[in-house]
Amino acid sequence: MIAKIERKSNFKGNAILLALVSVMLLFEVMIRIAGKGSLFAPANISNLINQNAYVVIMAVGMLLCILTGGNIDLSVGSIVCLVGAVAGVLIVNHGMNIYLAIVICLLLGILLGAWQGYWIAYVRIPPFIVTLAGMLLFRGLANVILNGLTISPFPDNYLRLFTSYIPAADNDGAQLAVSLSVAAVICVLYVVSEAISRRDKIRKGYATESLAALITKVVLICAFAIAFATLLGLHKGLPIVLVWLAVIIFIYGYFTSRTVPGRYFYAMGGNEKAAILSGIDTNKVLFFAYTNMAFLSAIAALVCCARFNSATPSAGTSYEMDAIGSCFIGGASAYGGSGTVGGAIIGALLMGVLNNGMSILGIDANWQKAVKGLVLLAAVIFDVLSKKRRKNG
Amino acid sequence: MDDLILEMKNITKTFPGVKALDDVSLRVKRGEIHAICGENGAGKSTLMKVLSGVYPFGTYEGQIVYNGRNCEFQSIRDSEKAGIVIIHQELALVPLLSIGENMFLGNEQGTKFNIDWNETYGKADQYLKLVGLNESSHTLIKDIGVGKQQLVEIAKALAKDVRLLILDEPTASLNEDDSRHLLDLLLEFKKKGMTSIIISHKINEIAYCADTVTILRDGASIKEMSRDEGFDEKTIVNAMVGRDVAHRFPSRTPKIGPVVFEVKDWTVYHPTYHDKIVCDHVSLTLRKGEILGISGLMGAGRTELAMSLFGRSYGTDISGHTFINGKEVVLKTPKEAIENKISYMTEDRKGNGLILPEPITTNTTLSSLYKIVKSGRRITIDRDLEIEQTKKYIAETGTKCSSHEQVVGNLSGGNQQKVLLGKWLFAEPDILFLDEPTRGIDVGAKYEIYCLMNSIVDSGKSIVMISSEMPELLGMCDRIYVMSEGRIAGELTQEEATQEKILTMILNSEKGRVKLHDSKD
Ligand SMILES: Nc1ncnc2c1ncn2[C@@H]1O[C@H](COP(=O)(O)OP(=O)(O)OP(=O)(O)O)[C@@H](O)[C@H]1O
Ligand SMILES: [Mg+2]
Repeated sequence: MIAKIERKSNFKGNAILLALVSVMLLFEVMIRIAGKGSLFAPANISNLINQNAYVVIMAVGMLLCILTGGNIDLSVGSIVCLVGAVAGVLIVNHGMNIYLAIVICLLLGILLGAWQGYWIAYVRIPPFIVTLAGMLLFRGLANVILNGLTISPFPDNYLRLFTSYIPAADNDGAQLAVSLSVAAVICVLYVVSEAISRRDKIRKGYATESLAALITKVVLICAFAIAFATLLGLHKGLPIVLVWLAVIIFIYGYFTSRTVPGRYFYAMGGNEKAAILSGIDTNKVLFFAYTNMAFLSAIAALVCCARFNSATPSAGTSYEMDAIGSCFIGGASAYGGSGTVGGAIIGALLMGVLNNGMSILGIDANWQKAVKGLVLLAAVIFDVLSKKRRKNG
Repeated sequence: MDDLILEMKNITKTFPGVKALDDVSLRVKRGEIHAICGENGAGKSTLMKVLSGVYPFGTYEGQIVYNGRNCEFQSIRDSEKAGIVIIHQELALVPLLSIGENMFLGNEQGTKFNIDWNETYGKADQYLKLVGLNESSHTLIKDIGVGKQQLVEIAKALAKDVRLLILDEPTASLNEDDSRHLLDLLLEFKKKGMTSIIISHKINEIAYCADTVTILRDGASIKEMSRDEGFDEKTIVNAMVGRDVAHRFPSRTPKIGPVVFEVKDWTVYHPTYHDKIVCDHVSLTLRKGEILGISGLMGAGRTELAMSLFGRSYGTDISGHTFINGKEVVLKTPKEAIENKISYMTEDRKGNGLILPEPITTNTTLSSLYKIVKSGRRITIDRDLEIEQTKKYIAETGTKCSSHEQVVGNLSGGNQQKVLLGKWLFAEPDILFLDEPTRGIDVGAKYEIYCLMNSIVDSGKSIVMISSEMPELLGMCDRIYVMSEGRIAGELTQEEATQEKILTMILNSEKGRVKLHDSKD
């Protein structure tokens, strides 16, 4: 799936994927040597997904902001906190219907985003400043709502929406079968869609990639999907949050790579003046980027509430850094105009693997931060250097 | 034996997928003006970038012998130390810094921790005088025109103690007067012993000033001609294109119809200096099937007029009326203009036209993405259709590229211009504004573009062409408006129009304005 939603399957995208695989292998070796099990233990893979779902969701939104010209959103962590607080008050304190509460929370996210987006896009206050203000403002409001206290626990029917597994946990034995069949269905759909697109291309006389390359690609992706599903099946089944992630990734991957408005983001980041003279309303693009970012943060907030089963005043702290870091590790340009959803997700996973691997190895949390900082820097340095090399031929 | 200042031997330079230079040799004599000619993408700029260390030693093959010594430049800094200074095809001045600051950028006067500003501006003024530029060195770059900026670049080079000056298309965006001034300056420096290499597509200029001409074609040097053996415009073009270019402008029997576009009392103010009037009650008409020229000096407000008409993409406090086919329209954004089948091709391809890090495909289709959506869907782009369309326009404009996926920033200057043209042809407008459409385009390709323009108007569309090259306007246009200081100074039909008449109109209009001022005071 990741390979499919890449905007262009270029050298850079593959390099990031390669980095992810090598980091995983490196940890695997170290964990084995330390005798602490395996990074690829089914429980751990499941964990990895649950732990990092929020980063993936926010990285996708952040990518759109960054595409418009290297603009970032510092307020996302605070939005997670504020929306989480509202969810807590509505669901736990007032016992509101959870679906109604979810809709209210998502609308709140859109509203917060529109507020910031208006200043950024139409008044052209620098995003850094607007979202820095938002970061303070929203966290402040969240703490007012929470009164400095933690709200918990959330009702079961709410938790089930984000933290359960398919099939339900009491259904032992069926897990492997279910996750494998889901993987099989996905593989079949994928193969069919590739075949149809190839047939169309040939019929219309367009250039196609060689059959051998296509088959290799398809086999690799299917093999990966099945291996992945097997691991999940061996634990508790498919985490439901993975389904939400897949939906979000699919929508945004498609949006950025295949649609007209998606193209606008790249055009604006590449050369805003040229984009305007090509008839693109760049204010609208910017406004959408920030509104959407807050909307996705609200989704992340709902996921986090369920995962921690609480709404706390410190929720979402430094999430903005995770999201921004993922995009840059995933090859987004710090000047905008280039980057892919696939890259951002791989970046998020890379950060997740680092966290997870180092935790298993028992590395001190402070050192973990230092390592993540270095990785972020290394990724960007690599990006810059490889661009330079390509320029000089 | 000639006294060679520079000899480049067997230079080969490859980019991924392209061999830009293939075993090229260049011999430059001390104290001469050496011209390099060739079609777009022939490798002229690349050769000069190799020479000046933009592409460091090791990224190319071959040998550079300068002043009898073998050179292995790692960076521009190295080549500058040796006295080789390059002025690039695209100007590289910082708009918000003053002339003086720009001139000594990277070459600051005084000590590292204490810049001597008196020395800086004092010296800057001296060099400005040397190049005949009548501006204070405190003036900001953004406040002077391109012609003057080009002179600042030269002054900057002089300040670096230049012995071999390389100019890559220095006159591409200059009008005739400014170009002539620049060339005379080179001739003067030549008398003082400076050597220069000049790249230009304006063959008359080369015939005017060069001592030797080297001709490149497809990355190979195919001919060297020297003044002693005799050359003129015709022989150079002949050697360059490989055939006779008898006519510079294709002929066309105009099929002119009714008025399709009309502007009345169009007034525009400057976007930052709100009391400065840029277009002053401009009225004009454009007919079906017509090529309409707008002539005028730099800063006459031609670009500003076109851009403000194109969905108010320039200026503030715009007033006036526009009519399409007799019906009044109000075009508030470029999007609305495009929807009404008006297009504007900018003169500033890097700044306003192209997205350099993106491939040719995305650039070509950007202004009309809805033409390549999958049938039956509203926003999904059909990549295959996009590629097919792009290929069509690459062929139509004769863009030389390694593939339709080549990043536009890697194309040669002239080929970028062709991509820009293709982009607006793809929009299939009824009314097409072309602002300096042939800037940086080689002689052969120019003819092709003129043919393209003719076929556009033959199919019943209309073109407004803004150009600083008067022969081009005279050769192509059915009618010419002369603009001066934001106003229409007059109108000439093709039969009436001559260079002198246009210049007189501009002059009279300026005089009239001065008188007006005098009587007011
Ligand atoms: N960085 C690059 N990457 C890939 N190809 C390049 C790069 N730079 C130049 N080229 C290719 O090298 C060839 C020569 O380009 P060059 O800019 O030297 O042409 P030129 O003679 O200066 O043309 P023009 O008259 O249009 O300025 C072109 O085909 C161009 O596409
Ligand atoms: Mg060039």
